[in-house]
Amino acid sequence: MQLDDLIAIAEKHKGSRKKIIVRTCMSAGCMSSQADVIKKNLETEARLQGLEADVEVRRVGCMGFCGQGPLVGVDQNGEHNLWEFVKPEDAPSIISALKGGACRVQRGDPKHPFFAKQMHIVRANGGIVDPERIEDYIAIGGYLALHHALTELQPAQVVEEVTKSGLRGRGDAGFPTGLKWGTVAKSPGAKKYIVCNGDEGDPGAFMDRSVLESDPHIVLEGMAIAAYAVGADQGYLYVRAEYPLAISRLQIAIKQAKQLGLLGAGIFESPFSFNVDIRIGAGAFVCGEETALMASVEGKRGTPRPRPPFPAESGLWGCPTLINNVETFANISAIINRGGDWYAGIGTEKSKGTKVFALTGKIKNNGLIEVPMGIPLRQIVEEMGGGAPDGRSIKSVQTGGPSGGCIPANYLDTPVDYESLTKLGSIMGSGGMVVMDDSTNMVEIAKFYMEFCMEESCGKCIPCRAGTVQMFNLLEKITRRQATARDLAKLEELCDMVKNTSLCGLGQTAPNPVISTLKFFRKEYEELLQPDPFGPAAGGAPLAPERVTK
Amino acid sequence: MLPKPSGENGKNAASGLPHSSGDKRFKILELHMKKHQFRQDALIEVLHKAQELFGYLEDDLLLFVATKLKLPPSRVYGVATFYHFFQLKPQGEHACVVCLGTACYVKGADKIIGGIQEKYKIKSGETTADNKLSLLTARCIGACGIAPAVTYDGQVAPKQTPEAALEKIKTWI
Repeated sequence: MQLDDLIAIAEKHKGSRKKIIVRTCMSAGCMSSQADVIKKNLETEARLQGLEADVEVRRVGCMGFCGQGPLVGVDQNGEHNLWEFVKPEDAPSIISALKGGACRVQRGDPKHPFFAKQMHIVRANGGIVDPERIEDYIAIGGYLALHHALTELQPAQVVEEVTKSGLRGRGDAGFPTGLKWGTVAKSPGAKKYIVCNGDEGDPGAFMDRSVLESDPHIVLEGMAIAAYAVGADQGYLYVRAEYPLAISRLQIAIKQAKQLGLLGAGIFESPFSFNVDIRIGAGAFVCGEETALMASVEGKRGTPRPRPPFPAESGLWGCPTLINNVETFANISAIINRGGDWYAGIGTEKSKGTKVFALTGKIKNNGLIEVPMGIPLRQIVEEMGGGAPDGRSIKSVQTGGPSGGCIPANYLDTPVDYESLTKLGSIMGSGGMVVMDDSTNMVEIAKFYMEFCMEESCGKCIPCRAGTVQMFNLLEKITRRQATARDLAKLEELCDMVKNTSLCGLGQTAPNPVISTLKFFRKEYEELLQPDPFGPAAGGAPLAPERVTK
Repeated sequence: MLPKPSGENGKNAASGLPHSSGDKRFKILELHMKKHQFRQDALIEVLHKAQELFGYLEDDLLLFVATKLKLPPSRVYGVATFYHFFQLKPQGEHACVVCLGTACYVKGADKIIGGIQEKYKIKSGETTADNKLSLLTARCIGACGIAPAVTYDGQVAPKQTPEAALEKIKTWI
């Protein structure tokens, strides 16, 4: 495979395209509403109505507007139409509308703020390319970035470009990607590994699933470029077992890339070789933590270990290992193609580029959005999301899942970037954004997350193993209206202790939902408290202050 | 520690005796292990396959895997019990998996569970006495756009209600 071959594939594929393209979303969301039957019916109907020569019915990945699915997009004469809530029996109407005439299906508005305010880098090909055909990806310029990196850039230049872009890890912590790559590149060792973290454990988030299902090659290309930059020849893509469709599409993508010589030995006839293997998770939230994930890749219990040594020095089987999230890798080809400076021009001073969010919960328009960093939260939930349904008002927005916090409605003008969200006691997280309306009980939400962390705690360190159970019990006591001010003080004390003494990120962030709801919705907790029969007011001993402060 | 060289390890394990029961599924599982060159780090992949073949992981099966991969049984048992996805008990004929991700939760997934629990008198993780239905929960299946989602025998269904779930389960029982 050389550049000419790549261009030839792209040209040949473009030449074989038909006049009208009917794109059927076949991502997990729409698939659950018979998207596969819809596609089949559309194909049959195109044949029956004699449009076979002009119409291509294409399987595509996520279009983003999952709440309105199943979705069908039509590209005809340079115009784009979107049909929403499509049913299998709507196929004849959609096909006959291609010849002019009305369609009985609900028409979506591509100019709706939900779409208009988005900016696509990671999801540029979502809903456009067929995820199971590598030619589709090549036809829109896929693998050109890898070619450019391999033939025209030194590994150090690739690292420099990524550093210049200001890209930060999209998984959770927001660590500068270029710095991480540079550390792995400099680590001594003949064998190095690349790991792609697709263990999207945050309940309420599906960005990585969507990217893997819609555009698997963009992730593979990013991983290959990273491997070249740091000097690795083996990669592992760790995906949750809960995402069977993503796994099967990745398997297809890897096979196709290998057949064309875009993965494997001697890529683009250079000395660079790179193989990717899929590792399937088995349902453990803690495996999103990098050291736990590596243990899982090695086939062990997914328990974390203390850092340092960091994976960049000693990772898989003791070798230097680069771990990045799916979305981080998906940004790489655009950065190489268009330059780090271009990427650094998007977003805020310290948070560059775009971020994909899964906008869900009590909101009118839910689905997947990609927005430039720094966009005010209000624009996302009110303009793009359309606010809360059923005439209710928004009470808070939860970001970061079980490690994050709840941002109350009066802070909606906060710009969405790493620093601003951290300042409010929440985090950017991986991109879950769950909207809660005024009917939501915040103490119940805190309890929900604590139950999650309690069950997902791996049990290795005591603060997390025992602390989450105690915190859950206290929250349960509060919601049952059996707790006193003393219990609340104990809860706060435990939050502080677990946060500061746990081994890994799971325990260190487990108290966050409680801390943030206590910060902004303390009244809801206090309303549930009972008078303390042994408290100072009743003549009992005061809460021992020396124990609390110690 | 680096993984053991696959060739030697694989040869020894492959030359081991087949499972005494003569059940063909053990043969298939062994072929799968061979595909992974009997590598010890493929343990999770092997357990996935074992569960796919047998439905759940009983002690005898875990011991078989341990012997073939030359791992201590404690290590295999430890991994099988660590991950939620692995079932150590037999499951019912049909599985109803209610997603309990945040988006599903705020949209009433707990009410769906409550409805099923009340009607069939089983808690999440349990199977009915007639072995027809297992009620399970998932920690987010990534279908948040269509919350609340329930998986019936592997098929994801969007925007569920307690009524819809009970209606669907009725067709099984």
